[in-house]
Formats: sequence, C-alpha cells, structure tokens
Amino acid sequence: MTELRDQIQQIISTEPVSLFMKGTPELVMCGNSDRALRALQAEGAPVTTVDVLPDPQIRQELSALSGWPTIPQVFIQGELVGGADIVEELHASGELRRRLDEALGAERDATVKTAALAR
Amino acid sequence: MAATNTLETLLRAAFPDASELAVDDRTGGGDHFQVTLASTRFDGLSLVEQHRLVYDALSEPLRDGTIHELRIKTRGSAQ
Repeated sequence: MTELRDQIQQIISTEPVSLFMKGTPELVMCGNSDRALRALQAEGAPVTTVDVLPDPQIRQELSALSGWPTIPQVFIQGELVGGADIVEELHASGELRRRLDEALGAERDATVKTAALAR
Repeated sequence: MAATNTLETLLRAAFPDASELAVDDRTGGGDHFQVTLASTRFDGLSLVEQHRLVYDALSEPLRDGTIHELRIKTRGSAQ
C-alpha cells in the first residue's frame, strides 16, 4: 500500500529486465549481486538496477512483493527469475538466453541503467 | 558449527527423503552458507519453486539474522 511499494512494482512491471542489488553497477557491494549482474550482462541483457542499500525499507517492500527473502532478485518482464544462484545456473544451461530471447527478442541492446526511487 | 547443525536439522525435517543434504559454512564465520540438496520434492518444479521450498524451511534463521548469505543448489531425483 505504500508509495515505495508502488514504485518498486512499477519498475518490476515496466522494465524489461530489473535487478535489485546491493550497490550499483559501478560499485557493487555484494558478491551475489555481482554474480547476477555479470550473468545478465554476459547475455547482453538490458538491465535496470535498483540499489536496495540506501533504505532497509526498499528490501522489506521488495520481499513482501516478490515473496523472495534474499538479495539480489532478478525479474524479466515482471516475472521473478530468481537470485544469483538461479540466474547463474540458467546462464550456464542456456535457459537464461532462451528466456531473454523469448521476452525481448534475440536482437537486443545490452545496456545498464540505474533506477532511482523517489523518497 | 552450531548454526550449520541448526540449518541441517531444519532441512532434514523439511526434506526427510533427501538423497543428498549438505550445509557448508563457506567462510568459517558461521553466517555464509552453501546448501546442497537433492529431493523428490523438487521433481517437476521450477528453480524458483525449488528455492522457495528451501527458503520456507529456513525461514526462521533467515528472519533472525542467523543466515547472512545463502547459496542454494537443488536438484530433483531424476537429475
């Protein structure tokens, strides 16, 4: 019901690929966030990142929405793909590429941007 | 060590049929864990659903901060 939760939901729903992580692509603050980001970038995914560290409430609201207790969390077109272990596993098996191709087309621009949450 | 045993006990209770069940303390600090688990409960489930079952089993140590970081490797009986 909070505004913050609406903003998070908006990002999950509208961004092609969203990654909720600790830190930013320029300064990753957690090994698992780094693993997820690398797997996505290896597949040429357009990644929109959200840093959960500035406010503990971001993480609380995110986990309430997704039902997933840990960080990072990766979504493709609104659907939870998983955390670092799953994203790496799907990357290794080729399944991540298949899902990205299916959702976004094989011709896609690899980009990284950071979404800011209005506080 | 104590936390490793706690996690193992919780997982054993949730996955009594597990053909493989290991909890490793990755850093020796007692709060970064690798869980490796093979169970028929995972059969036919997506990875997200499989990991959710592990999170459910470990909801208490996840909530109370016993687990700072958790890595999960799951497989069903057929894999």
